Amino acid sequence: MSQEIVLEVEDLSVDINVPSGTLHAVSNLSLHVKKGETLCIVGESGCGKSIASLAIMNLLPRRASLTAKTLVLEGRDLLDLSEKEFANLRGDRIGMIFQDPMTSLNPVFRIGNQLEEVYMEHGKGNRKEARERAEYLLEKVGIVAPKERLSQYPHQLSGGLRQRMMIAMTLMCDPALIIADEPTTALDVTMQAQTLNLLRSLQKEFNAGLILITHDLGVVARMADRVMVMYAGYAVETGTAIEVFDNPNHPYTQGLLDCIPVPGRREPGSKLGSIRGIVPALVGDIKGCTFRNRCDFSTKQCEEEIVALKELSKDRAFRCILTPEERETTKQNPGTTQ
Amino acid sequence: MNQLNPQSNNGNIPALECRNVSQTFMIKSGMFAEKKPLKAVEGVNLSVNRGEVIAIVGESGCGKTTLAKMLLGLLPPTTGEILLDGIPINSVSILDIARKVQPVFQDPYSSLNPRKTLESIISLPLKVHNIGTEIERKGRVEEYMRLVGLPNRLIHSYPNQLSGGQRQRVAIARALIMEPKIIVCDEPTSALDVSVQAHILNLLQDLRKKLNLTYAFISHDLAVVEHLADWVAVMYLGRLIEFGKATDVFRDPKHPYTQALLESVLTPDASLGLPEITLGRGLPNPLSPPSGCYFHPRCPKSSAECSEKSPLLKREKNYLVECHLYN
Repeated sequence: MSQEIVLEVEDLSVDINVPSGTLHAVSNLSLHVKKGETLCIVGESGCGKSIASLAIMNLLPRRASLTAKTLVLEGRDLLDLSEKEFANLRGDRIGMIFQDPMTSLNPVFRIGNQLEEVYMEHGKGNRKEARERAEYLLEKVGIVAPKERLSQYPHQLSGGLRQRMMIAMTLMCDPALIIADEPTTALDVTMQAQTLNLLRSLQKEFNAGLILITHDLGVVARMADRVMVMYAGYAVETGTAIEVFDNPNHPYTQGLLDCIPVPGRREPGSKLGSIRGIVPALVGDIKGCTFRNRCDFSTKQCEEEIVALKELSKDRAFRCILTPEERETTKQNPGTTQ
Repeated sequence: MNQLNPQSNNGNIPALECRNVSQTFMIKSGMFAEKKPLKAVEGVNLSVNRGEVIAIVGESGCGKTTLAKMLLGLLPPTTGEILLDGIPINSVSILDIARKVQPVFQDPYSSLNPRKTLESIISLPLKVHNIGTEIERKGRVEEYMRLVGLPNRLIHSYPNQLSGGQRQRVAIARALIMEPKIIVCDEPTSALDVSVQAHILNLLQDLRKKLNLTYAFISHDLAVVEHLADWVAVMYLGRLIEFGKATDVFRDPKHPYTQALLESVLTPDASLGLPEITLGRGLPNPLSPPSGCYFHPRCPKSSAECSEKSPLLKREKNYLVECHLYN
């Protein structure tokens, strides 16, 4: 696997104008994805994970404004691109897979036409070549009788097949980066594992970087090379999947992991862990740690300053003033850090 | 007929019982074509005792929601009987059913009327049943809001002022205010974030202990099911293919379909890769189900016998499985 960096993002912020002020949807997000690598962005609804991906693809709503220090795809600076240049990039160098394949596919065109269009629109070849490429990719995504499937309409396919079509469509132009936003949330559990397997093996085969956005910690654990946990617009923890799941450093990550029932890990019927409170409103000036109101370890200091990302190593960082060890001692002697 | 239900042999009357319940819809397949029968639920037998949780699991289209509708009395079964505390559901009026069984649905956004305040949403069942005066009803609403963990100040709020978790609490309070014995939960947490899901699952557990409730819990999330359920019923294409104590089903699933379902659960364990599932294509067309065992086209263990004749239901104490491997 080549270690070449496909996407580099530094200090990406997205502000959205809402009637009550400015909503800080994403704040100072930095990330990178290498070729053949999977970065999972995980977080609950409203944490900014989808907005961040839309920002990378320049698909933000009009009311939103983007600022970033660096936004580079394959050595090309995306910040200076015109709308038209971006349109050429999407579908060609960046592929997208969304949650619901029925809304991403056009219901009145045959599958074949939709796949070929991507190829021809980006000037990769004529219709005959496009058709060959589409048939080849349909075989790749495990569809039997690809010729017949290409002449069908989206409604004639099952949800799992449609999502495979989306994967094939994404690969038509051999993209450097694939962004998949909750690709299996609409699928049954049995189809989920198969679709993820497929996505993973094709991503490795085509040596593309993959950003997988999901709320499902199970999917993250099994798919990710690296994980980024987001909360209220901030990346609160990054690391390899094993590091994050085995030794979570941020109280939010810890809380999330305690919340989910895990077969065999907890007595059935026992109480699940929980995170109290709700996600804060992100409108207006953000002061202090955004998680402090829900955190069991928050101190005065948490209210005052925006916590900086503490880097432990190149790929490992977290955003909390306390280390896990310090939190452990606070838990035993409550009140000592107040 | 009672011997069909393995765990009802001990003499007490189950809180909820299905005897050979089927639901057939007639589906138009073309402008001039004859209507075809779609067997949404076929010959389901199960029973739950008071205070227990039965989980009904399966892929979408397996008939679990149709079964839930029948349990709620919203859809009379085509054949078979549903009994609540030993009384057939079709012999009592819908109002009486509603006093015993109440639903909690998946989407708390669409199941609450956006133009009504919480007070009027939660007290509606009381109004419909003509229980109490206005003031008494308000007292009951406050009591149940406290029970589900909603602060009293929200009583005049509208659903759009609440978070997803709070809305689901409203739905639970509305279900509980009639003091039903059975709650049918149709995917009650799948629209919620994980941290909120944990709150709601903990609440459901607490309420069950406090009020000795029986839950019919429909879910596709097997981790949640394992956490909550006493009994598990696995459905495939309308048929109940495996039924047993949750601990037994999760420890040693018998049916190849159940095995595949359990293998597809992605636990948050980063040291494991993705499971290899060999189920192949999706659910077959329920309008023309496969011959023999409905599961044989996807089954990794199928033999010639499976495509020819239907498997018999094998009954053991506290266990049912429908597969040729065990005939």
